[in-house]
Amino acid sequence: MTDLGSNSHAPGASHGPGASPARVGGRARVTGDQAYVADIRLEDVLHVKLVTVDAARARIERIDASAALALPGVRLVMTPAELPQPMPRFGPQMRDRPVLAVGETKYHGEPVAAVAAETRDLAEQAAELVRVACTPLPAVTSIAASLADGAPLVQEPSLRPDDALGGTNVLREHRYAWGDVAEAEAEADLVVEGTYRFPMVTQFAIEPHAFMAAPDGDGIAVWSSIQHPNWLQRVLASLLNLPLAKVRVFAPDPGGAFGGKQHAKYEPLLAFMALRLGRPVRLVLTLEETFQAVRRGAAEVRVRSGFRRDGRIVFRDIDADYLIGAYADIADRTVAKGSYTAAGPYRIPNARIVARSVLSHTVPSTAFRGFGNPQQIWAVESNMDEAARRLEIDSVELRLRNLPRRGEPFIPGDTPADGEWADTVRRAAGLIGWGEQAPHGRGRGFAVGLKSGPTTGLSYSTVRLLADGSVVVHAGTSDMGQGARTIFAQIAAGELGAPVDWVTVVMGDTVVVPYDQQTSASRSSVLMGNAILHACREIQARLRSMAASLEGVDESEVVVERGEVRIGAERALPVRDVLTRGLGRLGGEIIGVGEMRKEAEPEHPLGGTAAFYEFNCTAVEVSVDEETGDVTVERHVTVSDVGLAMNPKQVRGQDEGAAVMGLGHTLMEHYIFDAEGRIRNLGAIDYRIPTSMDLPKRMESAIVENADGPGPYGAKGMSEGALLCVAPAVAAAVRDATGVVICDLPLTPERVWRALGERDATEQPSQAAPR
Amino acid sequence: MTISVRVNGRDRSIAVAPYHTLLDVLRDEMGLTGTKECCLVGECGACTVLLDGRSVDACLVLAVEVDGGEVTTVEGLAVDGQLSAVQEAFLDTGAAQCGFCIPGQIVSAHALLAATPSPDREQVEEGLAGNLCRCAGYEQIIEAVLLASTAPQRPAPPVTPVTDDVAARPDARMAPQ
Repeated sequence: MTDLGSNSHAPGASHGPGASPARVGGRARVTGDQAYVADIRLEDVLHVKLVTVDAARARIERIDASAALALPGVRLVMTPAELPQPMPRFGPQMRDRPVLAVGETKYHGEPVAAVAAETRDLAEQAAELVRVACTPLPAVTSIAASLADGAPLVQEPSLRPDDALGGTNVLREHRYAWGDVAEAEAEADLVVEGTYRFPMVTQFAIEPHAFMAAPDGDGIAVWSSIQHPNWLQRVLASLLNLPLAKVRVFAPDPGGAFGGKQHAKYEPLLAFMALRLGRPVRLVLTLEETFQAVRRGAAEVRVRSGFRRDGRIVFRDIDADYLIGAYADIADRTVAKGSYTAAGPYRIPNARIVARSVLSHTVPSTAFRGFGNPQQIWAVESNMDEAARRLEIDSVELRLRNLPRRGEPFIPGDTPADGEWADTVRRAAGLIGWGEQAPHGRGRGFAVGLKSGPTTGLSYSTVRLLADGSVVVHAGTSDMGQGARTIFAQIAAGELGAPVDWVTVVMGDTVVVPYDQQTSASRSSVLMGNAILHACREIQARLRSMAASLEGVDESEVVVERGEVRIGAERALPVRDVLTRGLGRLGGEIIGVGEMRKEAEPEHPLGGTAAFYEFNCTAVEVSVDEETGDVTVERHVTVSDVGLAMNPKQVRGQDEGAAVMGLGHTLMEHYIFDAEGRIRNLGAIDYRIPTSMDLPKRMESAIVENADGPGPYGAKGMSEGALLCVAPAVAAAVRDATGVVICDLPLTPERVWRALGERDATEQPSQAAPR
Repeated sequence: MTISVRVNGRDRSIAVAPYHTLLDVLRDEMGLTGTKECCLVGECGACTVLLDGRSVDACLVLAVEVDGGEVTTVEGLAVDGQLSAVQEAFLDTGAAQCGFCIPGQIVSAHALLAATPSPDREQVEEGLAGNLCRCAGYEQIIEAVLLASTAPQRPAPPVTPVTDDVAARPDARMAPQ
């Protein structure tokens, strides 16, 4: 694998990487032309509605579809009896999820059947008419309940016959360690410990998941708001026993995803229905149904850290339980990955991390921006803040004393620190005016967050330089708002000398677009970006040989870069000129194929080292209304080390979006369950996400660009970093303002108000008194 | 029953069921899929349209209620192919990320600017409070609206400036959004 340009300066011009040309696809988004899955009309389509039962867990006794089928226009009621036997199962980590619930429902909202009818109205009516006789069963919906002796098992033990944990609700336990924590205790001048809880929250993309499936010749076509089209293609091919080439996945740009659209949900069900009916079928989830389809893992994290008097960390000992859902999905991977870096971006000579994925009768948790890291960072950064106070060392200074330098290993056996992280810390501290007195009544907090990027990768791209110098880029990334299309166009434009609006980017069709592993882990700038760069290099090589031949010089005298063909030291020709002459009378095009691969390392606990890290510092200033517990974020500073921002406007949009999303789980978001394990706050009225009225009074985002990433022109991946440490920064600021320490999220007004009440009742001495 | 409604300047006559919403009819009967479906309870604003000049959540309006009325959706904001000042501003500031909330944001912004041509930031925040966005920190959206408010006047689709005095308009069909 060649080093593709990490040292080269980004091609300039107003459109190349580093500029912020208008978003590709922006116009369609402001005119209403952008077609999301739900906007696509298929002829003769049948509308699907899911049938669920109102229980967290229930044994299915009988499904009576007769009343539903009697309704004119109802074409099918799909039940387990209509599916292959035994029930087909799927899932990215283990094939545990049934296409429809079989025997029992394992979470509130799990589909037991699905109807297909000529209109949406009929489908809704018919779904109501399907009679499901069921018996509610005891459900475990908390960590304590799932781990209790005698707790009902969420997963059939037969799915894990050789697993020592198979008879428990612990799906997997991950252990990472280096040094010797027990021995290191003696070296610590101060040990700080605490237990921190992170709530169950949901992605709440504004576009609910949408799916369609249709027979397609001797195969099938599926439309999905999926982030990983090729992965979905593989799942469907396997379930339907079709070759990949006969499974066509269309993946229109999702309307937001944040990880919740990475993996198959109801596409398999729809595929079976379409093939059974011989007609297209369509299912668009309600917002409530999305809450019952995807969420983040909740967690309880116990952290103990030992420090020397001067603030250096001696050891860190973490024990964490993540409450995942009824099926594994990719949840256990979030636990593994989030926990592996849980000790933080610090020099830590001794560490022990134990993290468990605990199954429960709840919505299957899946990937969600941050991928298991925010839960640990909430605990560890709160622990750091506590330590700073007890050591009487400034919170920022404590971080600086423990940050590794660029190039320094900090997790044995893994990629060393890949940035001058102290730059990011100092930038954030400078922006908020850390060290200066905050305005009266306000408090300030500071935190850092680290997440590792992808550990393996494979992306292909085809780039076609057409006869008139315009370009087509084929790239299988999913553009769900992060702006992948735009930066891909910028790379091709800069390398091949075309204006950005002469570049067409084709995505989202597995028949047309070459393989891309997935869109996740902030990988696409680096992995797909490099694949595109590689493809452009192939084209440049062809142009070079064309130019040499046309000009009658040796190839060694020709350089093709930044859209220019330079011959010797004197002459520079535009690419278009060489292209037209070189293609000659027959015309045609030049095709380049690029591949970017990061191989797996089977010995590594995560299967591979980190391609790069996302590193962020967040500093906030808050005021707290002591009457109501309401926390107002007066100022929010977020700084991310991005290597190089290929499109600064888009980078800003992603970082600020991530920051506000972080404020969501920090201040307001959480699922509410009743005693029977049913979700009580489905939908937008009772589950609050930040609105324009909930913003920091002053939001400032900045980036550190040292061109030290592995992506094109020194870029790193970004867009998760600014979410990672919002919660501990805000909690530290609340503490600074009021003296109260809160260890459970979200910091709702009620929770803060109660904590203030307890503070007043116990009359804490003024060491932690409010200002 | 059949309703007559002018949508984006075009007179339509359409059969609707009494329980169909304006959102249903726009998307499913008229093929105007620019207006989006999300929460269906009037919280998210993805379905915001202009009804007789007022911004409303189309999911909360029954189709039968727009009989004789005038609706403008995001598709009707550009005039003769030229984007409105708001649309241009949204492009300039990079306000659209995934884009799903954007039609609703833009329509709300149109209504806000018709009523308050030079809003301050707080007024923009409040004016867009009924439009949820999950991608953005809202900053670039707010900047777009402020930018649009400074743009020179252009011919715009009919947006009746709305007074706060609802009672003074006896033909008002809808409660304020």
